[in-house]
Amino acid sequence: MRISGNRHILGWLLISPAVILLVTFTHYPSVSSFFSSLFSRGNPIRPSKFVGADQYTAMLEDPVFWTVLENNLIYAAGTIPASIGLALLMAVLVDQMLPGRAFLRLAYFTPTILPMIAVANIWLFFYTPEIGLLDQVLRPLGIDTPNWLGDPSTALWSIIFITIWKEAGFFMIFYLAALQTQSPELKEAAKLEGASAFTFFRRVTFPLLMPTTLFVLVNAVLNSFKLVDHIFILTKGGPNNASSLILYYIYETAFSFFDTPYAAALTIVLLGFLALLAFVQFGLLEKRIHYR
Amino acid sequence: MGATMALSAGVAAAKTSLTMYYPVAVGGPLTKIVDGIVADFEKQNPDIDVNAIYAGNYNDARIKALAALKSGQPAQLSVMFSIDIYDLIEQDAIVAFDDVVSTDEEKAWLKSFYPALMENGQTLGKTWGVPFQRSTIVMYYNKDAFRAAGLDAENPPKTWEELVAAGKKLTKKDGSQWGMMIPSTGYPYWMFGALTKQNGQVLMNADGTETYFNNPKVVEALSFWKDLSQKHEVMPKGAIEWGTLRKNFLEQKTAIMWHSTGNLTTVKKNAKFDFGVAMLPGNPSRGTPTGGGNFYIFKKSSDEEKKAALKLIKFMTSPKNAAKWSMETGYIGVSPEAYKTKELKEYAKSFPPAAVARDQLNFATAELSTYQTGRVRKLLDDALQAAIAGGKTPEEVLNDAQARATQLLKPYK
Amino acid sequence: MRNFIPYTLTSFGAWALAILWISPLVFAFWAAFHYSSDAIHFDLLAPLTFENFRTVWEQAPFPRYMFNTFVLVTGLLISQCVLATLAAFAFARMNFWGGSVAFALVLVQLMVTPEILIVENYATVSALGYADSLVGIGLPYAASAFGIFLLRQSFKSIPKELDDAARMEGCSTLGILWRVYVPLAIPTYLAYGLVSISHHWNNFLWPLVISNSVETRPLTVGLAIFGAPESGVEWSEISAATLISIAPLLIAFLLFQRQFIKSFMASGIK
Repeated sequence: MRISGNRHILGWLLISPAVILLVTFTHYPSVSSFFSSLFSRGNPIRPSKFVGADQYTAMLEDPVFWTVLENNLIYAAGTIPASIGLALLMAVLVDQMLPGRAFLRLAYFTPTILPMIAVANIWLFFYTPEIGLLDQVLRPLGIDTPNWLGDPSTALWSIIFITIWKEAGFFMIFYLAALQTQSPELKEAAKLEGASAFTFFRRVTFPLLMPTTLFVLVNAVLNSFKLVDHIFILTKGGPNNASSLILYYIYETAFSFFDTPYAAALTIVLLGFLALLAFVQFGLLEKRIHYR
Repeated sequence: MGATMALSAGVAAAKTSLTMYYPVAVGGPLTKIVDGIVADFEKQNPDIDVNAIYAGNYNDARIKALAALKSGQPAQLSVMFSIDIYDLIEQDAIVAFDDVVSTDEEKAWLKSFYPALMENGQTLGKTWGVPFQRSTIVMYYNKDAFRAAGLDAENPPKTWEELVAAGKKLTKKDGSQWGMMIPSTGYPYWMFGALTKQNGQVLMNADGTETYFNNPKVVEALSFWKDLSQKHEVMPKGAIEWGTLRKNFLEQKTAIMWHSTGNLTTVKKNAKFDFGVAMLPGNPSRGTPTGGGNFYIFKKSSDEEKKAALKLIKFMTSPKNAAKWSMETGYIGVSPEAYKTKELKEYAKSFPPAAVARDQLNFATAELSTYQTGRVRKLLDDALQAAIAGGKTPEEVLNDAQARATQLLKPYK
Repeated sequence: MRNFIPYTLTSFGAWALAILWISPLVFAFWAAFHYSSDAIHFDLLAPLTFENFRTVWEQAPFPRYMFNTFVLVTGLLISQCVLATLAAFAFARMNFWGGSVAFALVLVQLMVTPEILIVENYATVSALGYADSLVGIGLPYAASAFGIFLLRQSFKSIPKELDDAARMEGCSTLGILWRVYVPLAIPTYLAYGLVSISHHWNNFLWPLVISNSVETRPLTVGLAIFGAPESGVEWSEISAATLISIAPLLIAFLLFQRQFIKSFMASGIK
């Protein structure tokens, strides 16, 4: 009895440093966001007061909110499947004995370890009209290039492309690790039975990779809501909010407009989204995955 | 031993230390120049210790300074955007200079600046910001390109009609050279302030409580801006990036650019062609907003710190340093006295573009600045980009922006 | 012969993709050693120069930024590993009261990362007096749910018999953790370390918000301020600055990439 009592105390002792920090910087701020979203923006001259759901009704009437929400959904839809698909392709490629395999692996992976803020400046050069790389390469070929970042119809997609470029290599690593632990006998057996490489991949490899896909998917979804670094350099959310995302709008609201309560309300909406996505991913997908 | 320690403690206590944030919004190694002036000041005032922190762009500098105030490691003074004045007053963060100056000499100093540069720093009957890195928009043009197009390189366009006519001659059909570029990212509302002033209308009242975004003359100004690319085809379509525009000009992809005078020294250093600087054209009268950063003193400082801060500000805006700052950057020497110094006089004589921004002060107005300035400014920025890059009509976007701005400013009336 | 054509096509495709993927870095590398005006025109025969590096070095305190980043990343990695090891061990091997609820609470951080809560976390860190300090930058990340999750997985896969054997020899609980569990989980630590280091080396938004001065600014924030498009873009200099700031990480990765990938495979991140 004494020993088991010890076990409970020791267990809590061991987890307490981590739990205290996590509560302080994850759980507490989530809850306190909700409370601050119920107050009005205050300053020394006009103190803030309780306004109930006013921030949320204001949000419904805020066209910028709807724009960034829509943008973020497009951003998620544009980055998640593409970066996961590419990651899988890359992993399959470098898993084979191709010439220069080490270089290929390196080339796919390096974008991951470069700071987004640094590569954004390089991409800015690629995208800049007239003097930029894309224009210099494509114009002589007679291709009429758009003003990539300056046109509302291409700005967000230009940002999406960079994100895919940046993320695919990171996800590739996880797929590669999973592929390399797959038993070679399985492949041999399939070959003997005359299955084509594609059939084998579709029927055997891909289902076995489902746990990896779930892990990568969770990361990709999360990143599509938190990766905004390049926007600071490339577009600042413009033109006319065409490339702004929810988190960037939260930053702007809190630190340019000093409207903490509205930023808190936006944060709550973002948290709601993440919670919803977490349920969908873990709830629905978990059932379909064949664990070994 | 004990005596030495007591002595050094005494010295340390007498030393006032100041923290100052400052931004840089246009080119070049300006941080080195600020550091140099600060070092000179410390040499002359061994009892004052200055920690000057470069904080990024204007927005970053404001965030950092206000954040420092809140977190209990306050700055005593800062260079911040001249248009931040209403927000700073609302946050109860700054003191008016009228309440800090005491001697006659200090009072005279406060009156020594160009009146146009004081507009953005004064409200409620007091002066809250003192000009430092101040600019106007000027027209940079490529004289070689002008000559090649058969234009008079010494007579750049003075009106909107002349501007469009010159632009048409300067635009090459194969896309290798555009007639002109006006940046529409970064600070679009600022460029727009020039167009509306030229068209005879300002964007807001002097109290910062009312905007005139849907005034017919303002709508007309935006139509003209839009027409430059859509109708006259002398400017590329879509948003034109503030940060890369200078490169476009230096690479001769555009014959004319409108940009801050703060770029002058960098353009001078890097242009491989003959270039000129002119005042912006008019419709019919010329016009530009002033722009840039003012000094502010924070309320939380002790009286001693306020005095020391004032001393530093006086030093940095003195005719000699203002002249030096102007020559190294292209910003305006903030007082008439600066242009009377031997150095700046000679510089302006050998390089006439250096005086253009100053001469243009006669046609200058305040930069867009209201209460809730960040939001109001973004409303206008978004509206401008929606019209220029997004295909919406000027009436539509400006009516909408005006309605929202009125809503935001209602509590301040 | 039947396999030759697909094999060639696959190789070709793989290489084309690789070249596309590495080209921004190659361009940055090339531009950093050329004058700005040549870099813009891709003049391949243009003269080389170290001028950009000199300018960058003079204009911004990059050594100081690098030092800040280095201290930050190292400190964070140590605290993350220590805290995660203790917690993961408890979650994996001690069936204590409330453990599963606590573990569920920990997992929340996998979705709700500190970036998303910048506004409230900013208020908290300021109130604790850690604004504009390296501690302040690191604090919200010091406990990592991802680290706890990974280590718990790998601790769970360690056979209980080893545990019992060590206990027979008189090892204390913490002694067992240190002598048995930690050594066996080394690949997990390596893989986690790679993810943590590259994440925090590159992290931007939170440090931007919380750091104010040269003494605390990490490389990313310093670089963003240095290369802010507002001040007019000079790509050669920015490329040089970029190379300076990524060099340590890139070199480390080149040297250890085999080990990294191996440890990834062994760590059970899949």
